[in-house]
Amino acid sequence: MTEYLAGALILAGLLFFIAGSIGLLRLPDMYSRLHALTKADNVGLGLLVAGLAIRAGDPLTAMKLVLVWVLVLGSSAVSAHLIAQRARHRERGAWNP
Amino acid sequence: MFTEQVIYGLAGIGLFSLGLRMVFSAGALLRRVLAINFAGAGLFLLLIAVAYQGTGAVPDPVPHALVLTGIVVAFSATALALALGRRLRELSDDR
Amino acid sequence: MEPIVWMLIDMLLAVALVALGWASLASKDSRRAVVLFIGFGLLLALVWVRLRAPDIALAEAAIGAGLTGALLFSALGDEAGASPAGEQATAPTSAPLWHGVLLTVLSMGLAIVLGIAFVYALGHADPARLADEVYVNLADSGVSNPVTGVLLNFRAYDTLLELAVMLAAVLGVLALGPARPGYPASGPVFLALTRWLVPLLIVTGGYLLWAGAHAPGGAFQAGALLAAAGVLLRLAGDPAGGLPRGVAFRGLLVAGVAAFLVVGLAVMLAGRPFLDYPVNWAGSLILAIETAATFGIAATLVTAFVCGRPEQRPEKHRLAANARVQPRVEANGGERS
Repeated sequence: MTEYLAGALILAGLLFFIAGSIGLLRLPDMYSRLHALTKADNVGLGLLVAGLAIRAGDPLTAMKLVLVWVLVLGSSAVSAHLIAQRARHRERGAWNP
Repeated sequence: MFTEQVIYGLAGIGLFSLGLRMVFSAGALLRRVLAINFAGAGLFLLLIAVAYQGTGAVPDPVPHALVLTGIVVAFSATALALALGRRLRELSDDR
Repeated sequence: MEPIVWMLIDMLLAVALVALGWASLASKDSRRAVVLFIGFGLLLALVWVRLRAPDIALAEAAIGAGLTGALLFSALGDEAGASPAGEQATAPTSAPLWHGVLLTVLSMGLAIVLGIAFVYALGHADPARLADEVYVNLADSGVSNPVTGVLLNFRAYDTLLELAVMLAAVLGVLALGPARPGYPASGPVFLALTRWLVPLLIVTGGYLLWAGAHAPGGAFQAGALLAAAGVLLRLAGDPAGGLPRGVAFRGLLVAGVAAFLVVGLAVMLAGRPFLDYPVNWAGSLILAIETAATFGIAATLVTAFVCGRPEQRPEKHRLAANARVQPRVEANGGERS
C-alpha cells in the first residue's frame, strides 16, 4: 500500500518537473520562464521528497529529505529574485528614490 | 567485468578525447581551461569505473582516494590558470 | 529492479554526460558554456553515486560543480572587461582548417585505441588488487571508512604532497596581483539567505568532518562546504569572503601542511618512520590532521576564488552596517549625515 502511494507521489513529482521543463522551453519571456521553472520544480521536488520520505523507513532520513527540499525552496526563490531583479535593472535602471 | 564499468569507462574515454581535442583549438583561455576540466572529468570516470566491483561488493578505495585528490588539485590548477590569464590580459592592456 | 532497466539508466546518463560536454565545448557563448559545465558536474555527481563512490559524489558536487563553476563565472567578468589587445594576448590566432581536421582525427584515433585497451584490460584484470591489502589492514588504521583510511593513513604522504600542491597554486595566485574587486553589499533578500545558509554550512561541514571516519565525508568535503560559505559571504558583499587578515590568514593557508608535518615529525621522534602512526593513536591523530586540513582547504579554496590577497575591510560588521545605514541616508536626502 505504501509502495503504491510513494510511487504515485514520485510520478506526480515527475509530471511537475516535465511541466516545468516544457515551460522553460516554450514560454516566450524570461520572467515567465523563471516563474514556471521555480514554481513547478519546487512543487515537483516536494512531491518527490514526500514519496521518498514514505519509502525511507526511519523518520530521521525523512526529515533530512525534507530539509533538502526546504533548502532548495529558499535558494531557488532567492536566485529567481536576483535574476529577475538584475534583468529589471538592466531594462529600466536601478531603483533611485 | 560489469556493464556499468564498460559504459562509464567508454564515456570517460570519450570525454577525455573530446576535451583534449578542444584544448588546442578553443580560442579564449576560459574555453581551454574548460576543456582541460572536461578531460580531467573523463579520466576520473575511467578510474572510478575500473574501481567498481558490482552492486554486491565494496568498491576499490585506492582509485577513489586518487580521484578525490584529483578533483581538488584540478580546481587549484584552474584557479592558477585563470589568475595567470587575468594578469596576462592586464599586462597586455598596459602596453 | 531488473538489470536491463539499470543498464538503460546507465546508458542514458553516460550519453547525457558526453552530450553536455560536447554542448559546453561547442557553444559560442562563454556564459552558456560555464552553465553547461555546472550542469555536467551535477550529473557527474549522480554518476558517482551510481558507481558507489559517495565520497567523490560529495566532493564533485561541492568542488567540481559548485566552486569551479563559481570560479569560472567570476573569471567571465575578466574576459568581459578586456580590451582587444588583452584578448589577443590570451587567444591564439585562428588556425588553418587542416589543423582542426588533423586534431579531430588524432583524438578519435586515441579514443578508439584507449577504448579497445580498456575493454581488453577489464576482461584480463589481475585478481590481486591493492584493495585487498587495504581491507585487511583497515581495522588498524584508526578509521572505518576505507577512503579516509587510504587518504589519511595508508597514503598519507600523497595527501601531504597534494595539500602542498594546493598551497603552491594559491601562492601563485597570491603572487599574481591584487584580488578581484568585491561586490557591492547585496539587498535584504540575499542577505537573509546568507544569514541562514552560512551557519548551516558551517555546522554541516563540522558534521562531515566528524563523520568522515566512519561514513562518506572527511576533510575535503568539509573544507569545500566551509569554502562555499566563504563564497556566499563574498557574494553578499564581504570582499574577503570571511577570511581573516595578516598572520591568521597565512596561518590558515598552511594549516593542513603544517599539521601533517608536525604529526609526521612527532612520530619520528618516537622512533617510527615518517607518518607511521601508532595503532592506538591513529584515530585521534587522523582527526587532528583532518581538522587542520579542513580549515586549510577552506582558506585555500576561498583565496583561489577571490583570486588574490583578500582586501582590508574598513570597519567591522561591514555587511550589516551597509545594509542598514545606506537606504535611510538616501531616503532622507542625506539630512542625517
